[in-house]
Amino acid sequence: MKRLYADIHLKRGDFALDILIESGAERIGILGSSGSGKSMTLRSIAGIEEIASGSVVINGKTLFDSSKRINLPPQKRNTGYMFQNYALFPTMSVIRNVMAGLKGGKAEKIDKASDMLTRLDIYDLRDRLPGELSGGQQQRAALARILVTEPELILLDEPFSALDGYLRDRLQMEMMEILEDYKGQLIMVSHSRDELYRFSDELFVIRDGRVLRSGETRSVFRDPGSVDAARLTGCKNFSEVQVEDRHTMRALDWGIDLKLEREIPEGTRFIGYRAHYFEPVWGMRKQNCIPLDLIRIDELPFEKYYYLRPAGKSSRDDVICWFVQEDQQNKIEERGLPDYLRLKEDNILMLK
Amino acid sequence: MSTLAEVVRSLDWSPLWISLKTGAVATIISFFLGLWAARKVIKRDYRAKSVIDGILTLPMVLPPTVAGFLLLLIFSRRRPLGIFLNDRFDISVVHTWLGCIIAATVISFPLMYRNARSAFEQIDPNLVYAGRTLGMSETAIFWKVVVPAAGPGIAGGTILTFARAMGEYGATSMLAGNIPGKTGTVSQKIAMVIQDGDYITAGIWVIIVLLIAFAAVFLINMVTGRRFRNTKRW
Repeated sequence: MKRLYADIHLKRGDFALDILIESGAERIGILGSSGSGKSMTLRSIAGIEEIASGSVVINGKTLFDSSKRINLPPQKRNTGYMFQNYALFPTMSVIRNVMAGLKGGKAEKIDKASDMLTRLDIYDLRDRLPGELSGGQQQRAALARILVTEPELILLDEPFSALDGYLRDRLQMEMMEILEDYKGQLIMVSHSRDELYRFSDELFVIRDGRVLRSGETRSVFRDPGSVDAARLTGCKNFSEVQVEDRHTMRALDWGIDLKLEREIPEGTRFIGYRAHYFEPVWGMRKQNCIPLDLIRIDELPFEKYYYLRPAGKSSRDDVICWFVQEDQQNKIEERGLPDYLRLKEDNILMLK
Repeated sequence: MSTLAEVVRSLDWSPLWISLKTGAVATIISFFLGLWAARKVIKRDYRAKSVIDGILTLPMVLPPTVAGFLLLLIFSRRRPLGIFLNDRFDISVVHTWLGCIIAATVISFPLMYRNARSAFEQIDPNLVYAGRTLGMSETAIFWKVVVPAAGPGIAGGTILTFARAMGEYGATSMLAGNIPGKTGTVSQKIAMVIQDGDYITAGIWVIIVLLIAFAAVFLINMVTGRRFRNTKRW
């Protein structure tokens, strides 16, 4: 039975971490911006950050429990920690790095390490120093060093955030392949919603040391619950709303009325709308439409961001962002700028 | 007045051997003590660090004669520790080679400690954390990961320590004295022959010391410089 339970409370200066992560999922994601406490959470689980109170239990084994005065050193926790910079030992060859965490006789260690290097396809690099490897090879070496110790839980601390676009995607795919037959639980922390959407079965969104929202990854993206969580999942447009009755509300920041088929959940104070869900409307105004008052266009190689001014607003901060992909782009060239943007009911995020 | 060749031929080489031996032993002691102290100190918080660091660095900033005087107070055969060592273990420090070693160690230790400490502080702490999560013992992490990673800084510190220990004069003259063939180091020999007006012998020793000092600095640059061989020149 795979199960992680981590109830972590600690303070560092002004920052307080109060987090509960409980999950039986194979792949757990923790989404948060920098300084949200996501790395600290991982380090607390691994035992390289001191916890003030709470408990950490992996698969029924207690690693930390402040009430029972249990606090296993990191050496005894059997977690594998993947550092952002890999933290390969710079003066040791690849194979010595992999052997570093093994117990037993030398011959046995060499055998085990060699098998793992072969499995990860870097056996030929065994005598190189980490500094002589490419980023991808370093990642493999670091994974080999972790996997060879057969950890019960692998912690991935922003493994791709130092890399750029293409390499990041490639290395993530490579890592996923390598970790395919790993049997334990994996936790990855990141500020990248794309990485975590791809990676995790269950997602925890954290901010200022607290969990804002957790659940099955797709459902968290579909219904983030709060403005902060929605923003972390990539939503760009928000408006305060005034609910008139069960099916109508006024989007105060956008100056429009919204009529919905479905019932508006109780306590809805804000709505969010993702930039790529707007539907362009030419001619007559339909329901749930925003008049298009263009401020500027931000061009990217294959898509464009249109920034619009909501009715009755003049401030630069309140702009609405519309994300236009290439196929829609052709339509706009044909017919000119649309007169309105329609909000599709199912895509409106109801937030508290 | 004797000629240079005659002086060289009849030169008593014992000061060189005493200095080299003293330097070597003091360096070995300082090396381990320095690494140990540096490792302990970097784990402390800011306040404790400043205090302990101050105490450990004191021998470097004190005039060596002051350090020598304090050592003499501690080890004198008329004082508790000196009496204890002498009666119990038949060990005497004052006016013996042991005195040379202790004086040289005390004076050179801060160099080892400070260099080791700054080398430790510059290594990526994730290396230590990685070692821990991999299940390596703290001892294994220290000797197999931290010390090699801090290698150039430690090597530089070791060479400086050796150079300082070998050239020690002030504290050594107070504690060990200048007994030819026993505690008579090169530095003390030079001071002595200059007092006698024997500038030729002094000059020979000065040249030897210069050569050794230059070799030490050259060695440091070779060891520590390798890491920076690709840095930009400006």
